[in-house]
This record gives sequence, C-alpha cells and structure tokens, in this order.
Amino acid sequence: MFAEYSASELTSIFAMQGFAGLILFSVFVLMALGLAIIFGQMGVINMAHGEFMILGAYVTYIISNLFADYLPVIYDSYFFVAMIVAFFVTAALGAFVEWAMIRHLYRRPLDTLLATWGLSLILQQLYRSVFGAREVGVTLPDWLMGSYPVTDLVEVPVNGLFVMGLTIVITVGVALMMQKSRLGKQTRAVVQNRPMAAAVGINTEKVDRMTFALGCGIAGIAGSAFTMIGSTGPTSGQLYIVDTFLVVVFGGASSLLGTVASAFTISQAQSTMEFFLSGSMAKVLTLLFVVGILMLRPQGLFTLKVRH
Amino acid sequence: MLQLNDYSVAYGQSTIIDGMNLTLKENEIIAILGRNGMGKTTLMKSLIGMIPSKGGTVKLADKELSPLKSHERVSAGLAFVPQGRMIFSTMTVEENIETGLTSTGERHIPSDLYSIFPVLDEMKHRRGGNLSGGQQQQLAIARALASNPDVLILDEPTEGIQPSIIKDMAKTLKEIRTQRGLSILVSEQVLSFALDVADRILVIEKGKIVLDVPVEEADQETISKYLSV
Repeated sequence: MFAEYSASELTSIFAMQGFAGLILFSVFVLMALGLAIIFGQMGVINMAHGEFMILGAYVTYIISNLFADYLPVIYDSYFFVAMIVAFFVTAALGAFVEWAMIRHLYRRPLDTLLATWGLSLILQQLYRSVFGAREVGVTLPDWLMGSYPVTDLVEVPVNGLFVMGLTIVITVGVALMMQKSRLGKQTRAVVQNRPMAAAVGINTEKVDRMTFALGCGIAGIAGSAFTMIGSTGPTSGQLYIVDTFLVVVFGGASSLLGTVASAFTISQAQSTMEFFLSGSMAKVLTLLFVVGILMLRPQGLFTLKVRH
Repeated sequence: MLQLNDYSVAYGQSTIIDGMNLTLKENEIIAILGRNGMGKTTLMKSLIGMIPSKGGTVKLADKELSPLKSHERVSAGLAFVPQGRMIFSTMTVEENIETGLTSTGERHIPSDLYSIFPVLDEMKHRRGGNLSGGQQQQLAIARALASNPDVLILDEPTEGIQPSIIKDMAKTLKEIRTQRGLSILVSEQVLSFALDVADRILVIEKGKIVLDVPVEEADQETISKYLSV
C-alpha cells in the first residue's frame, strides 16, 4: 500500500497524519482525564460524558455568538472566556447530576451505567430541542486560522497547535492538583479506602461531588477545544465516548500517565492507518491491538507497585 | 469523656454488642480484651461510624454521636486506628498524615507529631505501602493524632508486630496520653500489652462486659481463662 508514494511523500504523509492524530489525542486526553477521575474515584462509568463535552461545545458556540453580536472588537479573545464558562457550566451540571442521581446509585455499577446512558439520551434530546438538529460551528478568530508551513509538503494547522498546548496545560494542571492540593490528596485517600478515609475525617460525599464536578468540567473544556476541529451537533459526543473508554481501560484506570500514553497510542494508530486504509478497517485493527494487549496485561499499561 | 449507655450493635438479626455500658474517663486508658469473634472490632468500628449502632447512646463529652457520620465524629474529637492499620498504601507517609488534618483545617503537620515518631520524619517521602508493619502502625497512630482528638480508639494495635516493638508501643501510647491529655480505648488480644498500657481492663464475651477491673487488681490467671479457647 506504500508503493504508489515516493519516500519524501511518505515522510510528509506520516508527519501530517501524525499531527492530525495529535489533535485527536488532545480531545481523547481531555475526555479521558475526566472519565478516569470519575471512574477511579467512584467506580461510576459515566455514559453521559460525551454529552457533557458537547455541552461545553454549545456553551462555546453561544459565547462566540454573544461576542460577535455585542463585543466584536474583542472577538479574538472569546475563546478564553468561553473555555472558563464552559468549565463552570458543565461542572455545575455535573454537581447537580451527582446530587440528584449518581449518589443514590453508588455500589450499583450496572444501574449507574443504565442511568447515565438515559441521562445522555435526555441531554441529546434537550440539545436537539434547544439548538436544533443541525450541527453548529463557531467562526474561529483570525489568529487561530491558517497553518504554519514546516516544509513544502508538511503544513501544521495553528488551531491544532493551540488545542495541543491547551491540553498540555490542563493535563499538567490536573496532575499537580491530584498530587499537591488538599482535594487531590483527599480524593486519592477515598479512592484507596473509602470507609477509612471517612474515619480519618474526610467528608467523602463532598469529595465525591467535587470530583464528579471536576471530571465533568474538564469534559466541558474538551468540548470548547472540540469546536475548533469539528462541528457541534446533539449526537457528536457519542462518537467519542467508546474511544474514550478504550483509552481509560487501556491506560489503566488509576494512572494519569497511563491515560496519556494510551490516548497517544490509540489516536496515532487510528490517524495514521486511516490514511492508507478505510476508516472502519483502521478501527478494527486498533481494537484488535488493544484487545491483544489487554489479554496480556488486564490491569492496563501502567500500574503502581506497592505492598498492600 | 466517652460514655456508652445500653449500647447495641447488630448485623441484621444477629446482635453482636448487647446493651453495653461503659465510661471512659478523662485521661484514662482502657483495654478491652476478648477472644476472636466476641465483638471487639465490631464495637470499635461502630464507635467511629463504619457500622451503624442499633440502640442505646454513645456520648463524647456530652455530645451524642449515634446520628453522626464518620467524618463528623472525627470533627467531634474521636480518632480511630483500625485493625490491620489500613494506611493509604500508594500515598507517601507525609500525605497519609495530611489526610488526618482534614477535620482541623490545618495545612501543615505539627512538628510534635514527628517528634513522637521520628522514624516517620525520616521516611516522609516513602510510600506508606513500603513501610514495615511496625512503622505502618506508627503511621496509623500519627494519622489519627493529626486530627487532634480527645479520644483515641485503637483496634488490636499489636497484631502482626514484633514483641520488642510492642513494648515500645505501650510506652509511646502512655506518653501521648500524658502529653496531649487524651483518653484511649484499645482492644487487645495480647494480655501483657494490655497490662502494660491500661489503667483499667475490661473483658467482653458475646457482646457483654464480663469483667471490669483496675489494672492493679487484675489477676492474670482469671483473665487468661477468659482469653483461652
């Protein structure tokens, strides 16, 4: 399949597809971070995570329209405002959902699966009623348009670079928060031993709510980033949820580094193979590869080694 | 300090602790002895709120604890060192102690904690899971003390620990009691340790207190009879 390309063309193809893969990687990482935090903390599989992401995307869309209508002078900076608002709106919805639904279903993993799936359908219909079935897109500000030519054949889109930078900042931020902040330490204690964490004085219910809100908030930021690389529709989130689960399981649910590494592997494999094969064939190969690895290492790529 | 009145705990229909009355005075150390399955751990776990109680009252400095959740009991002044230590094994020694600070709102570990357990200061940055049994026990006690309790409850602290360290531990617990003026309730199977550490010895059998004596009057033989299988 490589025969019809010259060596230099192949290099450029790999570079460009690799870069396209990096943008996919960014969305995966942001989505998977939220999912992994929630799953690791509460054992809740949040099927509505994709819809939380799309909520972030719709918020970004609304803010960009508001800026275009009322503040066209500073339209260039709408994205930063949108990102922050998206975080807080999705986090608030997350906290509400945890309070109204999830906390009644702890220790019933299959029920949470079903309940959050139902939630995802409700949210999809809500988006359809409010924003219409048609996909919406935002107009990117000028400084995010265009691409940066590296060589004659290789061009790197500016928005992709921006999304990647954003992902790195957020990932490092989350990692630092989990390691250093009080909420992070309390979360890790609850993950390890919930009754004992309560017995040393940690309010586990509050930690649960904060963690769920944080996971959803990060999905909201992922949604903001998503508006730059795709258009937003009521069901766009669904396309990502399966892949994101794959990333979380493959990386080992308790390891942030594992999540990043597995998101990288899966997105790059996907993106590079998609150029040469059909999209579904690429998916089949990726899935086979992941299944194979998980048979050898059921705990995922990375785990912590200590005595228990 | 801690007062139990007609206190009962049950798993479903089977009552484990049955109408227990117990008063732990200020600055007192009580050791509860009893064979396996007599309800020591159940009592301890229910005091910290891991298992709900079925009837009666439990008061800490006149505050009723029964309706409170675990973390609220910690804020009220109770601290717990569980059987098997249950430290957070993937977190560092320092982080483990910091989890105990939650209810106080403090950010930094008070230095006198490290002066009680100097070995923890040396191992600050090691993961809790990689410590030896005795060190983990010290860590569990330090974590409990971090919440600045009035009453400390320990469930079989000597389990799986070498005899030489058991002696040290009795000494340390008594020192902590004097330094901080707290009351201690400890459940035990090792009689020598109980005699070493306690002011008063209780023996429970089938969820009831069958013997209650000051340590000076405790007769080893009588107690051993209760403990032998």
